Amino acid sequence: MYQPKAECMNIAIASGKGGTGKTTVAVNIASLLSERKEKVCYIDCDVEEPNGHLFLSPVITSRTESLIPVPCIDESKCIACGACVAFCQYRALVRLGKTVMVFDELCHGCGGCTLVCKQKAISEQAKSIGFVEYGTSGRIEFIHGRLNIGEAMSPPLIRDVLSHSSNATIKIIDSPPGTSCPVIAAVRDCDFVVLVTEPTPFGLNDLGLAIDMVKELSIPFGVVINRDDPQIKDGVNFCTARNAPVLGTIPDDRRIAEAYSNGRILIETLDFVKPYFSGIIDNVISKVTP
Amino acid sequence: MKEIVIISGKGGTGKTSVSASFAHLAQGKAVVADCDVDAADLHLILQPEIISSNTFTSGKKASINPDRCKSCGYCMMLCRFNAIRKTQDSSFVIDPIRCEGCGVCSHFCPYGAVEFSDEICGDWFHSSTRFGTLVHAKLGIAAENSGKLVTLVRNEAKKAAQEQHSDFVIIDGSPGIGCPVIASLTAADCALIVAEPTVSGLHDFERIADLTRRLSVQAFVCINKFDINQTISNKIEDGALSKGITPCGVIRYDRAVTDAQRKRMAITEYTNNGVSQDISLIWSTISGK
Repeated sequence: MYQPKAECMNIAIASGKGGTGKTTVAVNIASLLSERKEKVCYIDCDVEEPNGHLFLSPVITSRTESLIPVPCIDESKCIACGACVAFCQYRALVRLGKTVMVFDELCHGCGGCTLVCKQKAISEQAKSIGFVEYGTSGRIEFIHGRLNIGEAMSPPLIRDVLSHSSNATIKIIDSPPGTSCPVIAAVRDCDFVVLVTEPTPFGLNDLGLAIDMVKELSIPFGVVINRDDPQIKDGVNFCTARNAPVLGTIPDDRRIAEAYSNGRILIETLDFVKPYFSGIIDNVISKVTP
Repeated sequence: MKEIVIISGKGGTGKTSVSASFAHLAQGKAVVADCDVDAADLHLILQPEIISSNTFTSGKKASINPDRCKSCGYCMMLCRFNAIRKTQDSSFVIDPIRCEGCGVCSHFCPYGAVEFSDEICGDWFHSSTRFGTLVHAKLGIAAENSGKLVTLVRNEAKKAAQEQHSDFVIIDGSPGIGCPVIASLTAADCALIVAEPTVSGLHDFERIADLTRRLSVQAFVCINKFDINQTISNKIEDGALSKGITPCGVIRYDRAVTDAQRKRMAITEYTNNGVSQDISLIWSTISGK
């Protein structure tokens, strides 16, 4: 069994393709670890579409706004020289006649405009892009973030979600789909990434992209093949060809799809699935602990 | 010419399978754009023959020139993204993955030691397929600016559609509600939300539905695998009506969908049976044909 180290073990669940079963794997692993008396924290970093709470039904005990600094222009000082407009790489500042307008949703909060303004006309004010909630689901600690509708940039919120304190010794980080900025923000400081795929052409194509990504970030990883059909070897063959370790499989079974559709935790609802998740956890832990 | 964006909020609900079938059903009257640039899959079905390949350059990245760097650490102090690190030999390096290309370090370095150069973020392609023109892209590994690449792919598809006098641009979108989705949805003629009847699917449908409303894009919803959970399917349709979104059909659960994918065919190309008819009905409503 896993011996907790002084520091925490961070395991991210990611996929490339959406809808392959990241949340299913994350909530069931978290539940099973909790059953094994581990101090576990489930962290939902899919802040655009967070779903973990629908399965874990946490009792939320705190909520904090996620704030990013955006420029605020003092029109009495601004001479519309355009230095800030020229500096901003994100085109968040636009000069219109004798005024400079700010487009908040494009701002990355680098602070450069404030520094280049010789008139000291720019200050920064905090803008909320979403919020972070903390709570518990039984013995599992729970953290998630929710991006406000219409906000384009999720990475700052993901970083806030990940920096929330917890007492856990194992963190299970449910990541957003894809392979670009939001996923990277979620997985980059992890000890291990579990890539969840399905053995279809789409699933395996996107698994390939996700493998490229974790390799680029130099994070150890393994693959879970969801909706596995023992007759179809495409998943295992793909992993062998890419030299990617298979951590386990989850069978393609309508009972699983139905339990999932109703927001059930599979290991608590369907007895036959528990050994699959148990095997996956044992494989992950053996790969993370030397 | 009508621009139709296929989106979902939640990933894996069947956007690409529906998009490929629409491309088939449009019978050469559509240009197709794969705007899910960081996990593009439509090419697996459409089997494009690439006609032109182009580099996508967007944004910049900073890097430190060690010959000029005096190790003062000012850049590290100014960087808001923790992208600059002091190494064991007291020199400074920039992590290209954390760097957001803001240019602060480069602009304020007293020694001009930080280089700031254009970043290649991926490639985009014009292709021909058995269903017509496809515009698609591949974002670089761990690259940024997916929203800008989406905008580029979409604009190129629109241009091609105008040149060819196509009736439709069919856009396969990405999951979520963030930057690439906003880029694919803004000012489109209509959006088709592909939802699935699960608690997650319902939750995510509501968020993407709110985004279409905020962007004032006319939206339709279809429910894929509706028979997995009839109760939640009903809830999605009720929710849609209360948000001014038009339910335009349901798609039954059928393994033919995966079989078609494994044969690299659109569902409507692979079979004429139930699931194919479900999709054809949805296309009739969306296309008005």
